[in-house]
Amino acid sequence: MKAYISKQGIGSVLFDIFNFILQISLILLCLYPFYYLLIYSLSDPSEVSRGIYLLPRGFTLENYTQVLKLPGIFRAVLISTSRTIVGTIFSVVGCMLYAYILTKKELPFRKIIYRMTIITMYVGGGLIPTYIVLKSYGFINSFWVYVIPGAISAFNVVLCKTYIEQLPEVLEESAMIDGAGYFTRFLKIVMPLSKSIAATIALFAAVAQWNSWFDNYLYVFKSELSTLQYILYMYLTQVQNALKQLQESSLASMSNVVLTPESVRVTVTMLVTIPIILVYPFVQKHFVKGIMIGAVKG
Amino acid sequence: MNAGAKKQMGIHLPRKWALLLMALPFVIYIIMFCYVPLFGWILAFFDYVPGIPLKDTQFVGLKYFKMAFSQSDDIVRVLKNTMAMYMLGLLFSPIPMIYAIFLNEIRSRKFKRFTQTAVTFPNFISWIIVASIASSFFSTEGQINMLLRIFNSNAGPVNVLGNENIVWIFQALLGVWKSFGWNAIIYMAALTGIDESIYEAARIDGAGRLNCALYITVPGLMPTFLILTLLSISNFLSVGFDQYFVFNNYLVADKIEVLDLYVYRLGIKLNCYSLATAIGIFKSILSITLLFSVNKIVKKVRGEALI
Repeated sequence: MKAYISKQGIGSVLFDIFNFILQISLILLCLYPFYYLLIYSLSDPSEVSRGIYLLPRGFTLENYTQVLKLPGIFRAVLISTSRTIVGTIFSVVGCMLYAYILTKKELPFRKIIYRMTIITMYVGGGLIPTYIVLKSYGFINSFWVYVIPGAISAFNVVLCKTYIEQLPEVLEESAMIDGAGYFTRFLKIVMPLSKSIAATIALFAAVAQWNSWFDNYLYVFKSELSTLQYILYMYLTQVQNALKQLQESSLASMSNVVLTPESVRVTVTMLVTIPIILVYPFVQKHFVKGIMIGAVKG
Repeated sequence: MNAGAKKQMGIHLPRKWALLLMALPFVIYIIMFCYVPLFGWILAFFDYVPGIPLKDTQFVGLKYFKMAFSQSDDIVRVLKNTMAMYMLGLLFSPIPMIYAIFLNEIRSRKFKRFTQTAVTFPNFISWIIVASIASSFFSTEGQINMLLRIFNSNAGPVNVLGNENIVWIFQALLGVWKSFGWNAIIYMAALTGIDESIYEAARIDGAGRLNCALYITVPGLMPTFLILTLLSISNFLSVGFDQYFVFNNYLVADKIEVLDLYVYRLGIKLNCYSLATAIGIFKSILSITLLFSVNKIVKKVRGEALI
């Protein structure tokens, strides 16, 4: 120990200790809020007023079983899940294929098409015109409004394009000599080599889909198409309504755990957060790599 | 042109058009969802009322553009809020860079990766979830007030979410909490780009860790920092929407209403379609102009354009 300190210098060791404490505090700052909500959602609502800090009070899963029985919640889970799956597939396939096409120098009007795509990052029609246009396409009150208009974003296309451009061209050339067309080459050569960028796009798209609620708020008024985030927003803003709904449903369930608007809100928040917690750490490694390549090259 | 080249072109031609055919659906998609809405800008020049066809409505020229600026009380207040949020964001923008430098000094690879995963996480949740968390911690019945009551049982509850005086700084700090880990990634990438041999040379000359950080790492990250800051200038009127929308309540409404929120309220809540569109156009044109000016300046100074 002594030898270590004298080798590193006392200042350097003190810095390491300080840095370690700093990092631990930041980890707590970023994770404790979620942990707090988790233990809250696992506590008996009648006991939470005594304070919850590290462990749930009166451990129960009743919050979750009752919340899932609330009208609309289970269906919202289904809608959110399906839009996430469908939307992610659309985004990944669309962005990768489009980016691949754009990397081909022989594409006629390539420059114009590429510029036209880039400009969309900076200019948009705005709220009202977009609403009117989507309405004229028949997208209002339709599931497709969740997954189609946002599927291809210029930013993701640029990210994929930069990645595909740095792949060795030789591989594709040899396949070309074997007579493979663009589509085959895209599927058999480019896609397998671009797993980390595809994972990055998939994560971006999946998170954006899962978190999205404003499209629901603006364009979809059918309650059977409501997403989980939208329902959480409703619980967040209309506590009174939620309470009424709750009393009705808890009367019906005759459970000895009585939910409060607080506990419903927290439990729905956890329902929305848990899937991200489960998926995110596994993709994190990929997207850091994907972003780094995109950032260094771009 | 010799025969060989002709033949090559002959093979090349159909391939080329096949490629264009593949690109066509994407081009149509972009036109449909990004360019067709631009035609909606025309609404700003008419007295548009939903339901009445545009040809039956009155052409009013720049009336709504003038109106946007003559309603100066509202627009000044909203621009002030937007500028405040942008400036605070700018003030806090070195945090991800500083954080990346500290993280880089961690020796254990595993701990480094875990830390990065943890602090990046809040970036992946929606503002609705952040609002829900904030309500659990900062509302009058929240965790913070509970802790305050333990230390001082006489103290009345502190209402953080409904306090007009701190809403700017509170929202800015929430923004930092949510995104500093994510924004640090790009600096981590830039750090890997700094040549290791520079550090080695400095160490041989007797430079400690502090000196290495101050005289090698910081200057090495500066170009990235400057580029990101310059790029953000063109977006200074788009400070975000979701965040302010979900944290909006009648107690803080005057201070939290940024430009995008104002456009939303005009368009959707008050049905002033034309006015809302006019302000949207003004915003788009301003940000494009700024983007190109910044780009031009950078090109002159650095010899290489940003975009």
